[in-house]
Amino acid sequence: MTKQHANWSPYDNNGGTCVAIAGSDYCVIAADTRMSTGYSILSRDYSKIHNCKADKAVLSSSGFQADVKALQKVLKSRHLVYQHQHNKQMSCPAMAQLLSNTLYFKRFFPYYAFNVLGGLDEEGKGCVFTYDAVGSYEKVGYSAQGSGSTLIMPFLDNQLKSPSPLLLPAQDAITPLSEPEAVDLVKTVFASATERDIYTGDKLEIMILKADGIRTEVMELRKTLSECWQHTLSIVLIRISTLGSLCYLELCLKFSCVVNRFSFSYL
Amino acid sequence: MTFTIPIDNGDALKNAEADSQRTLYPYVTGTSIVAIKYKDGVLMASDMGGSYGSTLRYKNIERVKAIGKHSLLGASGEISDFQEILRYLDELVLNDNMWDDGNSLGPKEVHNYLTRVMYNRRNKFNPLWNTLVLGGVKNGESYLGMVSMIGVSFEDNHVATGFGNHLARPILRDEWRADLSFEDGVKLLEKCMRVLLYRDRSAINKLQIAKITEEGVTVSQPYSLKTFWEFQAFHNPTAGAQGSW
Repeated sequence: MTKQHANWSPYDNNGGTCVAIAGSDYCVIAADTRMSTGYSILSRDYSKIHNCKADKAVLSSSGFQADVKALQKVLKSRHLVYQHQHNKQMSCPAMAQLLSNTLYFKRFFPYYAFNVLGGLDEEGKGCVFTYDAVGSYEKVGYSAQGSGSTLIMPFLDNQLKSPSPLLLPAQDAITPLSEPEAVDLVKTVFASATERDIYTGDKLEIMILKADGIRTEVMELRKTLSECWQHTLSIVLIRISTLGSLCYLELCLKFSCVVNRFSFSYL
Repeated sequence: MTFTIPIDNGDALKNAEADSQRTLYPYVTGTSIVAIKYKDGVLMASDMGGSYGSTLRYKNIERVKAIGKHSLLGASGEISDFQEILRYLDELVLNDNMWDDGNSLGPKEVHNYLTRVMYNRRNKFNPLWNTLVLGGVKNGESYLGMVSMIGVSFEDNHVATGFGNHLARPILRDEWRADLSFEDGVKLLEKCMRVLLYRDRSAINKLQIAKITEEGVTVSQPYSLKTFWEFQAFHNPTAGAQGSW
C-alpha cells in the first residue's frame, strides 16, 4: 500500500511587509499590522515588530506568524540567558549572529520568517541586518522584507543610493538623511506598497531607535480599495510639494477630491 | 486463532504502520464558531452539529466548554481532537489547582498554552485538526483569541473560524462596538449565525450561546433561530432568464 501523504501544509504565508533604515545615530524599523491567510484578513492589528527586550536591537519579521512567534520566543529567552551570563545586554551585531544561527539550526525544516533586524551598533551608528529564511544575513544600510518588499526595495535603492558592497575600502551604507526625513520616507513607501500589495495595509507601526531610547509611532494605512484616496494621495503629494510650489500641491489635492467622488466605481 | 502482539510504534522510521497514527484528514467535524467581546465579557456562539463528511451525523455536540474559572474554549474542526485538547486542559487546570496558591489560569495563559500545543503538534507533522477560539475575563480584562491548526494565533475584539471568518467577520467589522450590551451582543451573534445557517451547508439550526463574565460561565440551552425562506427574489429565480441555466 502506498504511503499516504498528508494533504495539509505545515506552512502558511500571513503576509505583511517590514522595512528598516539605518541612519548616523538612529535606526527606523517599520512594519504594517495586517495578518492574512489566503484571501482573508485574520487581524487588522497584529504587530510584527518584536522588542527582544534589548534596547539596541529590534526584530521585525513577516511570513508565517506561528514560526515568527516561536522564533521571537527563542531569541527572547536566549537574550535573557545572555544577560544573566554576561551581565549586559546583547549588542545588535551579536543579536544578528544569534538570529542567523537560530535560523540555520532549523535548516531542514525552516522557520518561514523573513526578518529585518535593526538597531544601533557599538559606536551608536544605526545598523540594519537583512535575512533570508535559513539564516544568511548581511549588514546593510536599509532593507525591506515580506510581501511588499519587491515594491519597496527598488524605491529605497533609488532614494538612498547605497554604495556598492564590492568597493574597497568598504563604504558604510548608512543614509545621510535626518531622522524625520527617514520616517517620512518610510511612511511614503508603505502608503505606496499598500496601494498595490493586497497583503499590506491597515496600520503602520514605526519604531525609532536612538541612543536615549525607543519611540513608537502609528500611522493609519488604507484598509480597502474604496477608501479615502485623499489620505494616501496627500502623503505622497506633501513629499512632492517640497520640490514644487504650494499652488501645485493645492491643485493636486483638489484633483484628488474629484477623483475620490468620480472614480469610486473603478477603484 | 492467531493472536497479534501489538507492535511498539515508538520507532517511526522503521515501522511504516506508524504513519497510520497521524491525522491525515478530519472525520467528524464541527463548523464555525463566532465570538465577540462585549461590555461585561465575551460571548461565543456555535451550533451543535457534527458532520461526518457530507452527512450531518451528530446533532447534539457541545463545541463550547468552560476551562477553569476564567475561560471559554470553542472549537471547530475534528471533534475527537477537540476532546483530546479538553483532556490536555483538564490536566493543566488540575495541576494549576493543586498549587492551591490562590491564583488561577487566565485566558491569556490558556491561549498561550494552546498555541504552543498546536504548534508543537504541527512541528511533528501530526496536527490537531482544529481551529480554536479562546475567550475569557480575568481581573476585569476581557480577552479573545484564536489558534489555527498550524499554530497561527492572534487576539482581537471579534473572531470567527471556518466559514464564519468569511461570512460573519465582515458583519462584525461593521457592527461591533466596544460597549455592546448583552442583548445587543446576542442579537449581533444571532445575525451572524443566521447568515451561516443560510449559507453554510454544514450548519444546523440548533445553537448555543455561551457567556463569560467576571462572575463566571453560562452556557445557554440549545435553541433555534427563526428563518425566512419567502423572499420574493427567490420565489421564481429564473423569472428574468427563462430557459437558461
